[in-house]
Amino acid sequence: MAGNTTLLEMVDIDKQFPGVKALDHAQFQLQSGEIHALMGENGAGKSTLMKCLFGIYKKDRGRVSLEGKEVHINDPRHALDHGVAMVHQELNQVLRRSVMENMWLGRFPKKAGFIDHKKMYEDTLKIFGQLEIKLNPKDIIGDLSVSKRQMAEIAKVVSFDAKVIVLDEPTSSLATEEAEHLFRIIKKLAGKGVGIIFISHKMDEILRNCHRVTVMRDGKWIATKESGDLTMNEIIKLMVGRDLINRFPPKTNKPGAVLLEVKNLTGKFMPSCIDASFDLRKGEILGIAGLVGSRRTELVQTVFGTMKKEGGEVIVRGTPVHNKDSCLAIRNGFALVTEERRATGIFPEMNIIFNSLIANMRSYEKWGFLSTKKMSKDTGWVVDSMNVKTPSQKTHIKYLSGGNQQKVIIGRWLLANPDILLMDEPTRGIDVGAKYEIYQLILNQANDGKGVVMVSSEMPELIGICDRILVMSNGRVAGILDMHEDHQGKEQELIMHMAAKYV
Amino acid sequence: MEATKAQAQGRKFSDYLLDYAIYFILGLILVVVVILEPQFLSITNFINILTQASTKGILALGCAGLIVLGGTDLSLGRIVGLSAAVTASLVQSVTYASRYYLQISEPVPLIVPFLLSVAIATAFSVFNGFGVAKLRLHAFIVTLGTSLITYGITCTYIENQSLGSAMALSTFDKAFVRIVSGTFSILGVPVPFVILYFLITAIVVYIIWNYTTLGKNMFAVGGNPEAAAVSGVNISKTIIGVYILAGILYGTGAFLEAARIQSVSTNTGFNYELDAISACVIGGISFSGGVGNVPGIIVGVIILQAINYSLYFLDVNAYLQFIIKGCIIIVAVAIDVRKYVARK
Repeated sequence: MAGNTTLLEMVDIDKQFPGVKALDHAQFQLQSGEIHALMGENGAGKSTLMKCLFGIYKKDRGRVSLEGKEVHINDPRHALDHGVAMVHQELNQVLRRSVMENMWLGRFPKKAGFIDHKKMYEDTLKIFGQLEIKLNPKDIIGDLSVSKRQMAEIAKVVSFDAKVIVLDEPTSSLATEEAEHLFRIIKKLAGKGVGIIFISHKMDEILRNCHRVTVMRDGKWIATKESGDLTMNEIIKLMVGRDLINRFPPKTNKPGAVLLEVKNLTGKFMPSCIDASFDLRKGEILGIAGLVGSRRTELVQTVFGTMKKEGGEVIVRGTPVHNKDSCLAIRNGFALVTEERRATGIFPEMNIIFNSLIANMRSYEKWGFLSTKKMSKDTGWVVDSMNVKTPSQKTHIKYLSGGNQQKVIIGRWLLANPDILLMDEPTRGIDVGAKYEIYQLILNQANDGKGVVMVSSEMPELIGICDRILVMSNGRVAGILDMHEDHQGKEQELIMHMAAKYV
Repeated sequence: MEATKAQAQGRKFSDYLLDYAIYFILGLILVVVVILEPQFLSITNFINILTQASTKGILALGCAGLIVLGGTDLSLGRIVGLSAAVTASLVQSVTYASRYYLQISEPVPLIVPFLLSVAIATAFSVFNGFGVAKLRLHAFIVTLGTSLITYGITCTYIENQSLGSAMALSTFDKAFVRIVSGTFSILGVPVPFVILYFLITAIVVYIIWNYTTLGKNMFAVGGNPEAAAVSGVNISKTIIGVYILAGILYGTGAFLEAARIQSVSTNTGFNYELDAISACVIGGISFSGGVGNVPGIIVGVIILQAINYSLYFLDVNAYLQFIIKGCIIIVAVAIDVRKYVARK
């Protein structure tokens, strides 16, 4: 399917950061009409390579050419002028403005010097029509779901007539069917000769939808292969440089007595969970599956108390608890690893010590002052046991890769020694190697007799490590699947079926 | 009574209450004032409030853009003071013996002090904009500095009178005063021109905010500068553009304010920025940037002026007035932000 003209070529790209060689003779080549996956573990240099392409970072050495001509791109806007565009993982949108205003920002259509709202509306609809996107151009973008915002962002890139489009983990927050819709759009674009660079960790998607795969490791180019010649295990092998036979650690945990009961929980401010009931045993891992917008996050947040409940009960070991806010929840033995790492998890400008210990600062007080020695020891525990890759404890967390940030956050909560660990998309945007480590961490917690609730959009991982999977549908509990029963390999279908129950 | 109603009609009614909280507050205050002093309800008082709100409104419209950008302006009052002083020195009656420029023997065409007032205010506002856009200073810092600089210049200018005293510049040419206090008649009610100027300015600012690239880019830069940059919005140009607009409005406001108060001293403009900023936040301009609209500012200015005027009208103790005003600002904004605070 892929055309045979070379659209983009990056050769011998070097980039040195203080103390790290981020790119070492990296290379990449993109054909027209091709969907080309760029893969690698976190820190392998994918983002750095793309930032060099867009002029966000200045490359130390190397050559970038578009359609055979060498180009020197200074900034993302300049890249757009060259027909190179990117849809960022962290969507960059002006939330309080409309869809169409976000789309045409920087180049509003004008009539007699004034902005032509009518043309802007029509042009937006035209592009949505081409891509079969159903959105109202006048909606405020911040009110839309992540997947819709993503669609709007892709439409924006298309409106620039981009020849090269980079998609940075576009499906990481999408449910399966939304991802399928996205791929239909992407294939349509590729059919028109657009070259697409697809950064993702979801291997099944890549194998199904991409033409070629380029793998990077440690800032170096490792291989570029036709995806038809690859298997999941081969990609993993290329990425980690060794065989990783099992994607999931062996399940060793043994569920025990009931630890947590949730009865008829309903949130106060809709959209939230409606009449949700479930229980959680000691040493059990309970998965929560569902489509995007099925209010999985709202369910765990309502249990934890960061979202208000209207009715229902949360019972720990037979005693009702009232998690009115996160402080009380923590005191009641709960912990919550939130979904949006950047927004609600990390303090980017603070160091690893602060980020590791902030949930539990009081325990480091000694005569009213914080004990540096004890803090350093516990941070050391987080860094070592979570295998956080960082130059020092005093490094600002914003300099770490996404996977390492996530490890610090999980470490933060494990330090508080909770009985019930709620995790919302704990492996989102994390590479395979780090995922395995996080699965192991989760299993270790279950082995220690803690109860773990894990929200995830990735069904394979839920099936791989959970004891039971609760499926949400439109705010309600559609059913609970016991993984210890034999489902003859039809777990995914069963889950999908339940997820659509109340839609 | 209200509580039971809200419960009966569910969340919808409370949402409605929240969305228009500002207007209810304005209404409530006026109702209280009218109950206490029925004479308050007169066209004269209404016109007085609008007249006083007009110059402040023009200044608030300038400052509002800077708040939408995510900044603020502490130098507004002192910039206005300087522009007003220069204006005043040029419009004094030519028969007044202690005028600033004794060499002026024929009235200067009013366009000259007007343009000068605008030029001075714009120059300092652009200086602020440069500090924010290019030197990457926080608006709080650079405008704090500018306010001191302009105050120093104003004092120097006023004390440099030919007769050597630091007295207020007054006794203006009649033609100048008439610009503001001259009236036209609507249904037999005389309405000062200044209200008309405010209305025109508000319309122009409304158009700039909603129908020009500068306006749209202003919301983008204030709402999410990163997104704006990625979309090719020239951030510095936008910031400086908004500061230029603010400067023009300050200069205009200063010119009109001089005509309205008819006497300019080193103290003119003192704390005007606080009134302007209060009016903006009461009118729903979010301090976190990217949110706000022109009708909101107009309502904010009028609410603030109505409070001022009614406290004065009711003869409330001057110190108590400060306390009441402070409380009203905090309560009004606290209620208003409810609609933006995500309810969880």
